[in-house]
Amino acid sequence: MRAGEIQVAINSDQDIVTARQKGRALAIELGFSPGDATLIATAISELARNIVSYARRGEITLKTVHASSRQGISIIASDSGPGIRDIRQAMRDGFSTSGSLGLGLPGVRRLMDEFEIISEPGQGTTVMVKKWRQ
Amino acid sequence: MEVPILKQGAVLIATFQAALSDADLNQLRMGLVQQVVKFRSRAVIVDVTAMDVMDSFASRTLREIAHMIRLRGAETVIVGIQPEVAFAMVQLGLTLEGVATALDLEEGLAYLTQKFKNTD
Repeated sequence: MRAGEIQVAINSDQDIVTARQKGRALAIELGFSPGDATLIATAISELARNIVSYARRGEITLKTVHASSRQGISIIASDSGPGIRDIRQAMRDGFSTSGSLGLGLPGVRRLMDEFEIISEPGQGTTVMVKKWRQ
Repeated sequence: MEVPILKQGAVLIATFQAALSDADLNQLRMGLVQQVVKFRSRAVIVDVTAMDVMDSFASRTLREIAHMIRLRGAETVIVGIQPEVAFAMVQLGLTLEGVATALDLEEGLAYLTQKFKNTD
């Protein structure tokens, strides 16, 4: 683990709460408004929930990112679960394979500024999102 | 973290804490329905003022709670959704369709008092 990185192991529903609380604390520390911190915490909650629902275990990594004059927060949710067969379909609102509301991925993309997903069936899924301070 | 449920006449009031896990929410769902039956309550107010995040699971559980309680012939009012939480819910595409909401506990009680008056 590098300095300034926070890693949260996601193994149960309680870890979802831990991850989003740590994310909110980091966002506030970085000077995000309480409103933006809530958006960030909500996105973390959804990403961590996908890990618990689909992969059972994985991890969330939170870190500070810098670009020219901007500062932001980066959240990486990774697991070695079943992976997503059709990412385009998973990115459509309302798509789900577990009978839930959907993966919430389109929603997470709307909450954040940057969104990237890598997934291979049988290899797991990594979702990387960023939000920049206004 | 268990959600305390308060009995105020014919109304049950459940007050959410900040850090509710999925297990806590499931427990609340069962607890509320059982108590509505036990006390023959006419309404439930769920106060989410302190809740940090309303994600897909939490909002689905609230809808389910409201639906179950309606099947018992009682009413559910969700109160205290914070502005930033509401904003995040809209961005995520989450809705509480068919569930009554009010600004805070006071407004929720006023709404129910009016409703009971009309049906008595």
